[in-house]
Amino acid sequence: MPSSNNTMLKQEPIALDIQHLNVYFGEGHEKFRAVKDVSISVAAGGSYGLVGESGSGKSTVLRAVSGLVPSWDGTVAVNGEPISKKREMSYCRTIQMVFQDPYASLHPRHSIDRTLSEPLRLHKFDNIDDRVNQALVDVGLGRSFRFRYPHQLSGGQRQRVAIARALMLEPDILLLDEPTSALDVSVQAEILNLLSDIRKTRQLTYILVTHDLAVVAHMCDEIAVMSHGEIVEVMDVETMRDSKPQHEYTRELLEASEGYQPEA
Amino acid sequence: MSKALLEVEDLWVRFASKKRVVEAVRGISFSVGRERVGIVGESGSGKSMTGRSILRLIRHPGQVEAKKIHFDGQDLQALSEKEMRDVRGHKISLVMQDPKFSLNPVMKVGDQISEAYRVHTNASKTEAKERSIEMLNAVQIRNPERVYDSYPHEVSGGMGQRIMIAMMLIPEPDLLIADEPTSALDVTVQRRVLQIMDKLVQERGMGLIFISHDLNLVASFCDRVIIMYGGRIVETCRADELQNAKHPYTRGLLNALPDIHKPKDQLSVLERDPKWIEDPSVDAFL
Ligand SMILES: Nc1ncnc2c1ncn2[C@@H]1O[C@H](COP(=O)(O)OP(=O)(O)OP(=O)(O)O)[C@@H](O)[C@H]1O
Ligand SMILES: Nc1ncnc2c1ncn2[C@@H]1O[C@H](COP(=O)(O)OP(=O)(O)OP(=O)(O)O)[C@@H](O)[C@H]1O
Ligand SMILES: [Mg+2]
Ligand SMILES: [Mg+2]
Repeated sequence: MPSSNNTMLKQEPIALDIQHLNVYFGEGHEKFRAVKDVSISVAAGGSYGLVGESGSGKSTVLRAVSGLVPSWDGTVAVNGEPISKKREMSYCRTIQMVFQDPYASLHPRHSIDRTLSEPLRLHKFDNIDDRVNQALVDVGLGRSFRFRYPHQLSGGQRQRVAIARALMLEPDILLLDEPTSALDVSVQAEILNLLSDIRKTRQLTYILVTHDLAVVAHMCDEIAVMSHGEIVEVMDVETMRDSKPQHEYTRELLEASEGYQPEA
Repeated sequence: MSKALLEVEDLWVRFASKKRVVEAVRGISFSVGRERVGIVGESGSGKSMTGRSILRLIRHPGQVEAKKIHFDGQDLQALSEKEMRDVRGHKISLVMQDPKFSLNPVMKVGDQISEAYRVHTNASKTEAKERSIEMLNAVQIRNPERVYDSYPHEVSGGMGQRIMIAMMLIPEPDLLIADEPTSALDVTVQRRVLQIMDKLVQERGMGLIFISHDLNLVASFCDRVIIMYGGRIVETCRADELQNAKHPYTRGLLNALPDIHKPKDQLSVLERDPKWIEDPSVDAFL
């Protein structure tokens, strides 16, 4: 597999190292391997994009790293330390995930205040009040949103709350699953700018899943393409811009992203 | 263009609470023929409420008012709830924005599609199942048999979206209102799904209202575009002319898009002008 030749990032230590990851769903002869031998490593401060076919296993990779799937094998190492199957509390803090669906990821009957302060309490943070206010300010929402409920927020505002919740715990690694696909382009621009700024100021490491190739080109240095549970190609962003990918599926993807074409 | 399939005049959607009234849609007029009409606009601009109000699917306490909502010569506002049910899904289908939310979580997805088919055709169970699997295949679901027997939580985001599309296309409606139908699909699958809709427009003369925030997609896929802001229509244009749109709001949306070929550090964000809210709505008739 060709890998990034971005020399600046090469000198950084590896923040997240996934090797030979397999994820299974179902039992017995119904058993289904949704992720097949996936290996990804991302240097500290890097931003890695995951694109590919719907149902190809992108979300499942992120969920496996977050400890949200029961049946997997392979190794996942964070900052050089392999993680055990049973996740420790400190690990949850190190890695945070923003989910694909802004409608489902916030508890409908919990106020924003509760949504943000509960994880802080769980992880025994101090100055919870200040931290909640600061987190809201950081994502451009302001304190006035603190006592609202999810149904009183638009999709974009909910997604910002989800991002605030993830950032508040001061993670090293952020897993972003389609963070802007439910948002309109003006809110998308705000959220992507926010995410770029935070990555720079806090040296965060990202894995970003998206089906929007322009978004992945804007955000990521290195991009992996998935199909049928496997990574079929890894390329740097210049290769993608120049439309010089190796794999046929990647070419199809780039061509289709240029807009609609009727059936030949 | 042929005779309009749908004509809407001076449509309002309001949500009244004790404290205030939210006007989600503010006096818009448009028509749709046997063509592909895109509706774009930022979050909260009233796109979904416009689509839902046509089918009388605005939840309490929302209220719809219009001078005219005519479909195929029929006055939809004059229909009883029972007659409206017959229109829904049979003549006009709506693909809702949040597919997983719209599916029944405790029923296998295949059974839900089959049922949608049987309600309108009285087909046998085996026939409905065959037809449903065909439809899942058509929307590019790999392994349609496995998916037929899955529950909604067992399918990916994009699969849920295609299941909804299959369910809404199976009764062969005359008008399809598709609310962000492809936002969770990768571009190759998206293209196939759009080709299916396109074919229904070209071959069967179906009308299509395509609600989306993907400006490039709407520009290349639709015939006409309606641009909404603050519950009003601020501009309409031919889809292939969208790049030359004039309204500063539309320009702002176009500028906020990242471009694969023109990298930049920061994306431009939209600067809103309060005047846009006050400007009168533009009519979007044929
Ligand atoms: N809980 C589950 N039980 C059974 N199968 C599952 C479950 N979750 C996911 N799958 C299956 O795993 C495969 C990969 O799903 P995943 O959600 O990772 O896809 P994805 O690449 O994120 O797709 P999308 O772009 O549509 O979100 C799919 O075939 C899906 O049906
Ligand atoms: N139950 C409700 N009570 C009060 N206001 C509501 C209610 N439901 C919707 N609204 C308001 O109606 C307006 C239009 O909503 P609509 O769902 O049509 O937006 P949209 O253009 O589809 O946005 P999106 O792109 O986020 O889906 C929004 O400002 C919303 O806050
Ligand atoms: Mg997914
Ligand atoms: Mg909507």
